[in-house]
Parts: sequence; C-alpha cells; structure tokens
Amino acid sequence: MSGSYLTGIFGNSPVKPMQQHMDKVFACVSELIPFAEAVLANDLAAMSAAQEKIATLENEADDLKKELRLHLPNRLFMPVPRRDLLEVLTMQDYVANQAKDIAGLMLGREMKLPEVIANDYLQFVTRCVDACAQARRAINELDELFETGFGNNEIELIDDMLKELDAIERETDDIQVKIRSALFGVEKDLPPVDVMFYYRVIDWTGDLADRAQRVGSRLQLMLAR
Amino acid sequence: MDHFTIYLILAGVFGLFMAWGIGANDVANAMATSVGSKALTIKQAIIVAAIFEFAGAFLAGGQVTKTIRKGIIDPAPLTENPDFLIFGMLASLLAAGTWLLIASNKGWPVSTTHSIVGAIVGFAIVGIGMEAVQWGKVGSIAASWVVSPVLSGFVAFMLFMSVQKLVLNTDDPFANAKRFVPGYIFLVGFLISLVTLFKGLKHIGLELTLDQSYMIAFVIGIGTALIGAFFVRRITLPDDANRHTRFIYVERVFGVLMIFTACAMAFAHGSNDVANAVGPVAAVVGIVGSGGELAQKSALPTWVLLLGGGGIVAGLAMYGRRVIATVGRHITELTPSRGFAAELAAATTVVIASGTGIPISTTHTLVGAVLGVGIARGISALDLTVVRNIFMSWIITLPAGAILSILFFFMLKGMFT
Repeated sequence: MSGSYLTGIFGNSPVKPMQQHMDKVFACVSELIPFAEAVLANDLAAMSAAQEKIATLENEADDLKKELRLHLPNRLFMPVPRRDLLEVLTMQDYVANQAKDIAGLMLGREMKLPEVIANDYLQFVTRCVDACAQARRAINELDELFETGFGNNEIELIDDMLKELDAIERETDDIQVKIRSALFGVEKDLPPVDVMFYYRVIDWTGDLADRAQRVGSRLQLMLAR
Repeated sequence: MDHFTIYLILAGVFGLFMAWGIGANDVANAMATSVGSKALTIKQAIIVAAIFEFAGAFLAGGQVTKTIRKGIIDPAPLTENPDFLIFGMLASLLAAGTWLLIASNKGWPVSTTHSIVGAIVGFAIVGIGMEAVQWGKVGSIAASWVVSPVLSGFVAFMLFMSVQKLVLNTDDPFANAKRFVPGYIFLVGFLISLVTLFKGLKHIGLELTLDQSYMIAFVIGIGTALIGAFFVRRITLPDDANRHTRFIYVERVFGVLMIFTACAMAFAHGSNDVANAVGPVAAVVGIVGSGGELAQKSALPTWVLLLGGGGIVAGLAMYGRRVIATVGRHITELTPSRGFAAELAAATTVVIASGTGIPISTTHTLVGAVLGVGIARGISALDLTVVRNIFMSWIITLPAGAILSILFFFMLKGMFT
C-alpha cells in the first residue's frame, strides 16, 4: 500500500467536535430547569436524579473537550488561530462546569428556596439557559462559517446572534437584581447560613449567563482579524 | 538473438512495469480528490482516468519524454560507447521501479519523477562522469520542483478566493453557483486544451498556428461548458432547504465542475508522468534504432508513448481501485468547491510543465494547491508535517534512486560486456 501526501495533509476538522461539545454543554445546562423545578417542589429524589444527569453530561463534555484538544496539535494550519479555538472550547466547558457546581451546591444543602424568590428564580434559570442556547446557536454557525471561507455574511449573522446573546445576558442581570432585593427584604427572618448560600446560588446562576456570553465574545475574538 | 534485441525487450518490459506502477499508485492521487469529494464513484474515476491518462500521455507526453530521454544527459562523452547509455537508462528504470516498490511496501509516499531523475543523474555521474550531466537543465528541473507547488498553490488560492467572492459569500450561493460553475468549466476546457495545442500535436500530424490554437481551445472550452451547463441545470434546490442545508446543494453544483477538473487532472498527470516510464525506453529505442549510434535527431516513436499510456491504464485497472479508495477516504475534507480549485490549479501547472518538457511531481503540485486553498481559509485543518515530508522525499528519494541505478548500471555493464 502506497503512502500518499494527500492522505496526510488533512488534519481532523475541529468544527464538528466543537459543535458536539457545545451540544453536550447545552444538554447539561438545560437539565438545570428540571432541577430547579424539583427544588421548588421540594422533591429531593427528583433533585438528586437531575443533579446526577447534569454531572454525567458534564463529564461527557469534559471527555469531548480532552479528545478535541488531542486532535489539535501544534502543526495544524487552520483558518482561525488554534489558540483562539481552544479558548472558545475552554469557555464552552466553563458553562457546563458552572451548571454542575450550581446543582451540586443546591443538592448538597438540600436547598429549599424562600417563597418570595422561588418563581423568579425559576425564570432566572430559564433565561440563563436561554443565554446558553443562544451561544450554542452561534457555535452552530461554525460549519457554515468554514464552508463559506469566513464570508462577511456569515460573520454578520453571528454578530447579530451575539448581540441577542448580550441582550439576554442583560435581562438575566435585571432578574438577578430583582431576586436579590426580594431576598434582602426577607433575609432577617431566615437562617443566616441559608441566606448566605441563597446569595451564592443566585451569583452562580447569574454567572451561567456571563459564561455563555463569554463563549460568544471569544468566538467573536476568534473571527476578528 | 543479438544484444540490441535483448536491450529492446528489456527496455520494453522495464518501461511497461514502471508505467504499470505509475498507474497503480500515482494515478490514485490525481483521482482520489474527486472520489473523496464524492464527485465521482471509484468506478467512474477509473474510467475517466483511463481515458484521460492515456490521452494525456499520448497527446502531450512527448516533451517531458524528450527531456528524460536526452535532456538530462549530455551524450557527447558517450560517442565511444553508446552501450553505456543503454545500460544507464535500463538501470534507471530498474532503480526507480525498485525504489517505488520498496517505498510502497513501507508505506512511504514517494515521487516517481524524483526517483527517475535521481536515477538518471546518479548513473551519469558515476558511470560516465560529472561532465555528462547537463547541470543547467537538471538545475531548472530541480527549481521547478519548488516552483510548481508554489505556483499551483497561488493559482488555487486565487481560484478559491474567486469562488468565495462570486459564490460562497453571496446572499444566494446556490443561484450563483449555477451561474458561475459553467464559467469555471469553460476555464478547465480552455486552459488544458490551449496549453496542449501550444506545444503542437505534430506527432499525430496536426500542425496549428497560434491563432488556430486559440480558436480551437476556445471552441473546446465552450463545448465543455455547454455539457457542464446541461448537468448543472438539472440540479435544483428543494423547497425545504434552509440556510444550513443549502450548501449541500451548492457543493453538488461544484461536483459537476469536479468531474471536469478530474479529467483535466488525469490528462495532466498522463502528460507528465508517462515520461518517467517511457523516457528511458525512448532513449534505448533511439540508440538501437540507429544501429548503435547516438542519433540525437531521431524522433520519438509513437508506439513508445502508446506503451506508456497502456501500461498506466493497466496498472490503474488492476490495482488503482484500492489505492483510490484508500486515499479518497482520507480526503473527504476537500469538498467540491475546494477540490476543483486544487485540481484545476494543479492540472494547469502540470500541463504547463509538460508543455515545457519539465518533469515535475503531480502529487507535490496537488499538495501545493491544497495548501493554497487552505491559505485562502478554505480548509478547516491542514497538517503541515506534509510539507516537511515533501522536503524529506527530495532528500531521500534522489540519492536512493541514484545509488540503486549506479548498482544496476554496473551489474548490467558486467553482464553485457
């Protein structure tokens, strides 16, 4: 069997694995909604089941990340800088990590949210998951982007998507402010340690949208030339 | 049976074997691009390759054959014993064939062109003397090994940039693909036939003026474009195609174009690489034909080109399927919109080299073209170790061919004198 330069010249395309990783991350993050519903329903078994799912998906995302890194050796020549691509990947991974941390903390403390913030919190989580969905939509454009050879139309399209992502993130900030002030109103009547962790969970949940946004800005940096 | 008859038979057998090897291995690189991008099935690729390799070898293979045959070695020091040239050429064929066999078994990618040039230069230096090598010519051949991948890379870069501008980055890539692909097909037919006609087809009794060449090339270009347009028109975008799926159909339009570039690639490959097998044969035939004299003026017998073309097709038919399948599997990244740019650039470069009589490596030229597409941000990941491997092949293949041919040269000399 003859060797051929042509068989050796093509490296593994990073596009599909990047998208698969983001899909996995999103699957992981979306489990936070059933998890939050279980929290609201005070259903410890359901919480634990959802947390387990989140942890499993986060692990799977981790594996995909490692595999992709291995397939992107230094000698590859790509239309985008390798370092930028790996940055985007890292950002994607942070999103899943955050989801796992949130679920882990809430399950670990068998957290029950106070009435006044319960429904707002569910909406908060949902919007943060929306932010991740939007980041995923942008990552989903990667294959078109490579196919068109980084056409301006595609880049503009992604820019629009990222603007939308920014808008969602701002919205989650507003919800976060609202929840914090509601919590502030009742915090004196609650066990102080619990309150401490409520604030932490609210922070972390907000970070979810921040991190989704950071996936977007890294993507934008990668495309900027 | 006198010596001359034996020489002739040996030359014919070795040359056929070499051509067979080229057909079995080398052609795969020229055709796999189209198979990998699914523009052609393997069976279609083999049929296309058989026809166009043969046509290329027969119609445009003469110039490079002439170079291999008498461009590298200065026969002046050989007038005393023209037998040496026969031994040398036979040894070169054997050496290049053996080296290709070894390398293929080990799975090393090698270039037939480099093996045969290395072999001829090698036996000339040791068997005859440094002064027997036409260093100027060898120098320009060596330079062309660097220039040809760079040139085809540049052309591929420009071609793919034009595809981005005209088709991919537009609001309606599908409509624009249908509009511009016939134009590219025209370019394929026009360029390849023009370069071929420029160098004349005297050996098949066709002499053309410059104007006539342009005219005929233009007509061939229009003809191929019309055939292409017919097939392009039959591709339609289904109503449910969205932004994400429409590129599948855009690529399908480019797939039509790739059938034409595959023909061009096979033609180009035949025109350049057939010489690696038949050049030395022609040299032997030339000496034997003139009764042992070094007749520099003797014309290239047509049957020698036929032998080479036939050998290539035989190798392709017997062995090519597997090689094309293997190489094709590895290059699915090269979608038709990229593949055609690479193939057209490489084919044009190779045909120009064939017309000028310079033996170059088709595969290296194609690799250069793929890199050109990559530089135009057309390919998601290229492994640059290939560039290093190409340099390595220059460093290893040339001496390997030379050393083997020196060995064979002295063996043959010992056997026949």
